[in-house]
Amino acid sequence: MSRELTYAEAVREAIDLAMARDERVFLVGEDVGVYGGAFGVTDGLYQKYGPERVRDTPISEAVIAGVATGAALTGMRPIAEIQFMDFITLSMEQLVLQAAKLRFMLGGKVQVPFVLRTPAGAGTGAAAQHSESLENWFVHVPGLKVVMPSTPADAKGLLLASIEDPNPVIFVEHKLLYRTKGAVPEGYYTIPLSRTEVKRTGCDLTIVATSLMVVRALEAAERLAKEGVEVEVVDPRTLKPLDAEPIIRSVCKTGRVLIVHEACKTGGFGGELAAVIAESEAFDYLDAPIRRLAGLDIPVPYNRELERRMVPQVEDIVDAARRLVKEAR
Amino acid sequence: MHQSFADLSPERLRALLHQMMLIRAFEEAAEQLYLQGLIHGTMHLSVGQEASAVGACAALRPTDYILSTHRGHGHCIAKGARVELMMAEFFGKETGYCRGRGGSMHMADVETGNLGANGIVAGGVPMAAGVGLSIQMQRQDRIVLVFFGDGATNEGAFHESLNLAAIWNLPVIYFCENNQYAMSMAITRASKVEKLSDRACAYGIPGVTVDGNDLLAVYCATKEAVERARSGGGPTLIEAQTYRWKGHSKSDKQRYRTKEEVKAWQERDPIARLAQKMLEASLLTENDLQQLQARVDEEIAAAIEFAKASPEPDPATIFEGVYA
Ligand SMILES: Cc1ncc(C[n+]2csc(CCOP(=O)(O)OP(=O)(O)O)c2C)c(N)n1
Ligand SMILES: [Mg+2]
Repeated sequence: MSRELTYAEAVREAIDLAMARDERVFLVGEDVGVYGGAFGVTDGLYQKYGPERVRDTPISEAVIAGVATGAALTGMRPIAEIQFMDFITLSMEQLVLQAAKLRFMLGGKVQVPFVLRTPAGAGTGAAAQHSESLENWFVHVPGLKVVMPSTPADAKGLLLASIEDPNPVIFVEHKLLYRTKGAVPEGYYTIPLSRTEVKRTGCDLTIVATSLMVVRALEAAERLAKEGVEVEVVDPRTLKPLDAEPIIRSVCKTGRVLIVHEACKTGGFGGELAAVIAESEAFDYLDAPIRRLAGLDIPVPYNRELERRMVPQVEDIVDAARRLVKEAR
Repeated sequence: MHQSFADLSPERLRALLHQMMLIRAFEEAAEQLYLQGLIHGTMHLSVGQEASAVGACAALRPTDYILSTHRGHGHCIAKGARVELMMAEFFGKETGYCRGRGGSMHMADVETGNLGANGIVAGGVPMAAGVGLSIQMQRQDRIVLVFFGDGATNEGAFHESLNLAAIWNLPVIYFCENNQYAMSMAITRASKVEKLSDRACAYGIPGVTVDGNDLLAVYCATKEAVERARSGGGPTLIEAQTYRWKGHSKSDKQRYRTKEEVKAWQERDPIARLAQKMLEASLLTENDLQQLQARVDEEIAAAIEFAKASPEPDPATIFEGVYA
């Protein structure tokens, strides 16, 4: 059975189920308790599980990551929250130089099973220091997993899988997705990490998109269908380790690929995806160059219209797709 | 001169009272504009904390620097900014202090020495050491005062900055606005030291706690720290104890505190306290007070009008300012 939940509710349900099932799971972060988290995601969990397992911290992102790492190293299953992805910059050392590498450096004798949840993305008028999409920083680091769900059902299943995973997982939620609704199965279920999903099938063009851009790509696909263009929308869901095979298969079928993400284009995940596709057998099937549509290479502006223009919108995706189906190699 | 007004002349006192009233009016207008749906984004209001912003900046010279916080409208006004340019920024307009790129959380007025509000808790604190070092190395007759909240004192960077400023004897004033909460986190839950100024002893520098709702107390404490910094005596940590009357930001149910607590602090209104004191000392009449309020209301109304009439940034300029 499933019912409609918001993305935020789906995340909360996953945390609740994990905490009910496993004593070792606990929450740690700024204002995750009585306040319920800056976006209300952990609302009610403090009342249910109490201060020992729902732990408010001072504003100390380095030690939030450190506590998650140390506790995970020694038998606990922490779920840490960094209030905005921007502030993860203050957690970098513990995440990148410790958590990611401990298992490897110690010859495989330890594991660091924690999830670090964090909301990313622009569109809320919060300007340059509260709107970052930094996922690709973590994609670059061996030892970390990076998950970015685009639907409520994926958010729940992927979060439960991330909590079960024996590795540090950076779980990136999008602020503009929190209120989106979708059917979510009841009860405990996991969606395995590193499983790319085709969200819509089509034969003219493949769009590979992440997070909020999946939703926008699906909307663009609806519009393009009315013009007779059939778009296949592919969502990697886990950016690292990447399940590339379904992406490659899709591009072999359509011969054209548009990659869409919100993060700045230069050094973004799209570059990696483009390279993966170009290095694969899909190269021989390409009827046009691989195209990327991504955030402009600027800090996120405060002004509403500038902010809107900085990030790919549905109409931008439609335009880029239209151009691409006409392009020849 | 009345003893309890330090070295501040009646004119200066009236100007400072005016600034506090202007800050409150700006914040109240900001909230209304937000509720009317005219503002995109968020804001952090400093209603109730006017004496700490104004008292601290009153002890500075125009050439001194400040670094501010997410709750920075008051600091900006206190350092001498023009409310119409702030309001335009709040509206995201091209005429705003940051050309509409920064908004409430990045309000800055470089000309009056305000190097900017900050979206990052404690974001200005490490930079302050750099500003202090620059002043020292250029042999300038300046100091820098960095504002931050109680919550910021638990960031690692806070500790690194104080220690560095201490060992290098930098002209930095670390000004903590302890408004009792960091979002929902009461300072009593976030720290075990009784007074945040006690943390100064860990770095071997002076630390002082003052009533942050008493303009004169804030002014005097800051003045002393300024004199020390200016004469090569190095940094000081000041803790001003105050309270934020409003929620943390636009979306705060305030489940972490009681209405009684808020009310008790509202009875210590920094503006009413200064006005009362000045009335009692005959430095102000009820009529003056009314006139001041009328002037403030006009200034804010004019600022809103200016902001509304100002142009939006031209989208063609979207890449400007990323690199120098
Ligand atoms: C590094 C960082 N962590 C968390 C936040 C989110 N945040 C913004 S303001 C705030 C509370 C700050 O408290 P305090 O320093 O006491 O200042 P106040 O808001 O009380 O003025 C928090 C947690 C942030 N902006 N930056
Ligand atoms: Mg505070």
